[in-house]
Amino acid sequence: MPTIVVEVMPKAELLDPQGKAVAGALARLGRSQINSVRVGKRFEIEVDGPADDAILAEVAALADEVLANLVIEDVISVHFAGADGFGFDAAEDFATGNVTSDTSFDAAAASGATSDETEQQLDDEISEGLA
Amino acid sequence: MTSSAARIGVVTFPGSLDDRDAARAVRLVGASAVPLWHGSHDLEGVDAVILPGGFSYGDYLRAGAIASLSPIMAEVVDAANRGVPVLGICNGFQMLTEAHLLPGGLIRNDHGNFICRDQRLRVENTSTAWTNAFPDSAEITIPLKNGEGGFIASADVISSLEDSGRIVFRYLEVNPNGSMNDIAGVTNARGNVVGLMPHPEHAVEPGFGPDTRDAMRSGTDGLPLFASALASLLAAA
Repeated sequence: MPTIVVEVMPKAELLDPQGKAVAGALARLGRSQINSVRVGKRFEIEVDGPADDAILAEVAALADEVLANLVIEDVISVHFAGADGFGFDAAEDFATGNVTSDTSFDAAAASGATSDETEQQLDDEISEGLA
Repeated sequence: MTSSAARIGVVTFPGSLDDRDAARAVRLVGASAVPLWHGSHDLEGVDAVILPGGFSYGDYLRAGAIASLSPIMAEVVDAANRGVPVLGICNGFQMLTEAHLLPGGLIRNDHGNFICRDQRLRVENTSTAWTNAFPDSAEITIPLKNGEGGFIASADVISSLEDSGRIVFRYLEVNPNGSMNDIAGVTNARGNVVGLMPHPEHAVEPGFGPDTRDAMRSGTDGLPLFASALASLLAAA
């Protein structure tokens, strides 16, 4: 039974409080080389029938409508998992075109949407809010 | 229509917590509260709908996301588009954004903590179906309790909300959750659908509300939301 993997991440330009908390915990373990963590979601969806473009497109549409809220999240990729239904080879998926991807995420990341200054400002605002 | 003939439905979802409180608030202003069920397609002919606070479906997927796909939500969306007053409180607000009845989205509080406090707000728009009983720029205190109350939207959406007066409630004194532009609640273009993160239904009866200068727990600043809905129903009848 083919499995389709959908990956969803919080929008790159938004603060990810969950990732920030995880990064803080890792830093407390002395993993000082870790700069930041962002936490997203991976859905593994089993489908009936052939592993073709039609079902991939159908799941991609559902990903936009239901699995992700495009106001706050981006769908990073929609692709078939490896034949064993668990592991998958991302390089192979990309090589064979077994991927539909939303490139706005990469574009936002490349433009450096979250600057250090913004992070610092947010930190300041948070501590003010809690004071 | 008499007050008690105005029927305001309160939908219960799996994981709703404040449905009874919302129904009590409706009764306190003199309207009739009608319990509605998420799994039904029947709004039972109610004149207005409240989506209450809580943690429907354990906030699985995203807060309010699964509830927004409930059978009754198809009817709520239809009713809202016909102009029926709809109020979403906290989890209900999250459902309204997930159902695209209201713009923007709610994300985890920027400080990562659940927050519970009596929150000061300014009522920025007193012409909606749920705020017409407030004086202009009224300042009120009602409880706020959420983990995912950070209101966000694209810069374009924020500026159009600001320009069109669709920001209904704004946080005063502190921004408790990182919401953009201190936004606590918004309305749709028509003004019949309102969503807010704080809980007006917990500030409707002396003895059970926020503290005020006059006496402990005497705050009833949430009551005018429910009185507003009743007034707009009576005016329409």
